[in-house]
Amino acid sequence: MTWVSAVVHGILLGGIYALLASGLALMFGVMRIINLAHGSLALIGAYMAFLFTEHVHVSTYLALAAVLPGALVVGYVLQRTMLERSLRAGQLVPLLTTFGLLIVIANLLQYFFSPDVHSLDEGSIGTASWRVSSSLSIPWFDVLTFGVAVVVLGGLQLVLRFTQLGRELRATAEDADTAELVGINARSVYARATAIAVATAALAGVFYGMRSSFDPNAGAAQLLYAFEAVVIGGIGSLWGTLGGGIVLGVAQAVGAQINPEYFALSGHLVFLAVLVARTAMQAGGIRLTLRGVG
Amino acid sequence: MSAVAAGMPDTRVQRWTPLSVAFTGGLAGLVVLLAFAPVVLGENSQNNLIQLYFLVIMAMMWNALAGYGGLVSVGQQGFIGIGAYAAVFLSVQHSLNPYLSMLLATFIGGAVAIPVAAVVLWLRAGAFAIATWVVAEAFAILVSLDPNPAIGGGTGTSALLPFNIRYTPEQRLHYTYWAALGAVAVLLLLLFVLLRSRLGGSLQAIRDDEEAAASVGVRVLLGKGILFVVAGAGSAAAGTIILAWQLSILPLGPDSIFGVNWTAKMIFMVLVGGLGTFEGPIIGAVALYVLQTYGPNNGVWYFVLLGGIAIGFALVLPRGIWGTIQERFNVQLLPVGYRLRTVSNGKGTT
Repeated sequence: MTWVSAVVHGILLGGIYALLASGLALMFGVMRIINLAHGSLALIGAYMAFLFTEHVHVSTYLALAAVLPGALVVGYVLQRTMLERSLRAGQLVPLLTTFGLLIVIANLLQYFFSPDVHSLDEGSIGTASWRVSSSLSIPWFDVLTFGVAVVVLGGLQLVLRFTQLGRELRATAEDADTAELVGINARSVYARATAIAVATAALAGVFYGMRSSFDPNAGAAQLLYAFEAVVIGGIGSLWGTLGGGIVLGVAQAVGAQINPEYFALSGHLVFLAVLVARTAMQAGGIRLTLRGVG
Repeated sequence: MSAVAAGMPDTRVQRWTPLSVAFTGGLAGLVVLLAFAPVVLGENSQNNLIQLYFLVIMAMMWNALAGYGGLVSVGQQGFIGIGAYAAVFLSVQHSLNPYLSMLLATFIGGAVAIPVAAVVLWLRAGAFAIATWVVAEAFAILVSLDPNPAIGGGTGTSALLPFNIRYTPEQRLHYTYWAALGAVAVLLLLLFVLLRSRLGGSLQAIRDDEEAAASVGVRVLLGKGILFVVAGAGSAAAGTIILAWQLSILPLGPDSIFGVNWTAKMIFMVLVGGLGTFEGPIIGAVALYVLQTYGPNNGVWYFVLLGGIAIGFALVLPRGIWGTIQERFNVQLLPVGYRLRTVSNGKGTT
């Protein structure tokens, strides 16, 4: 029954990873770049929420009302300044600049907030849980997190499908040059995509900070988990990302059930196993086509 | 090539110029001269030079991947850690001579790179970057979980014993210095020969346009694979030198032997020196050394500055210091490329 409990917790944990991954996947889908500072931006969201709860004495949920608009602005400005220039310089430069940003953010956070761990208050819901049986109880906060993830992913899907911004995003992702020909301002589309991505990252960061404690270097792990969720789920579909997040969460929770130190490792190993399987299938596919031709 | 030859009959393909002959000879002479440093220089200077040497190795290896293979790795710290821990495993666990252990650990690093290459080389750009990072993290956790008390444990390990039972601290310093200098010289030569061979040409083709290169018969994966294995071995060598230099190492955290801060330093050195230039990483290593010595003492501001400068170079001066000089004055001190020289006006282009 403890295994059932681990799997259930893993599934709910997957919601946070999917939320974190959705912004990464959105930027990759639209601009073909992977923002290595994505996890660090999520972490900034958590620290900003901490500032609000600490100094304005509001609940963490209320702090989101200030953190999320701030994150939109940060994303927009980041794209218009650093990322736009990086994109123009070729495929590799965005990786180098966003990695530099990751290092700068981790160390600035360490300077302003000390290297110690912080955590966010999840309110009265934090202690409540639903007792299914003697060995399985589901914390309501985990259910809330998962629900938020599903709502945000669904919302993104709807925006992409039915709104003017969604049509522009999809057109630019397909072919930026052609999109420009029909009057779409690709630079503005990119900036709005990054703004949304950073806001979802900050939201995920705040929920992550309520779930577990964080330190200035936690952004790197967040980036890896988000990317693992994207790859396991298969790039290109938001619901696939949710599936990937769930697989990753279950792998980590089950690993931690065997030995708490296996938490991150088991997720990494499942990710690498997926990569190996894809490579093998690809190699197999190539051989099959060659045989078909010969 | 034929079109150029037809248009300008007086064109010659040139590899060596008088300047590059002089410089390459001078560099070989410098290595020989530096080998005498333990006789002449004090303990401090030798320690500083050892640091500079392992930084040069790291920068060369990262540049080989990114500058010549188009592969941005965020996981070379995995091989640095593997090298250091393999040397501990051989010298502490199996009582081998520590310097022999360092040599063997270098080959172990190269051997480990082969299966890793098979998994990650299929990936493009950012996916490759993060996958290498995941591999490095997995290595770090696996090493820290090793049940053997000489290896495992988050509190790290030490190679003090195998060095101390064989050598005095002074001998250790001298031998480590020579090992580090030797590693720089051998790896520099290896890369020089590799990049001048057929592989160098095919790598350049891959870097410029992977699909086009593949379509004219360049074996893309083989070329990248060779680079990745060489970089794995070279990074492991750097790891063993760090071990011999600081004796105790930690497995986990950004500042540890498996820490991502090494990658931050590599990116800084290569971007500042000049991505894809043979000489750039050496300049970059000197620049980092200067920043370490004269920059902020506080670790936090040191890394903020390091990251900030790297971003600045990537955006404003993407060819780095040496790349910019090369472009402006058309010089190449170490001849890894080809130069077209038109005899009539005496001007050459690379």
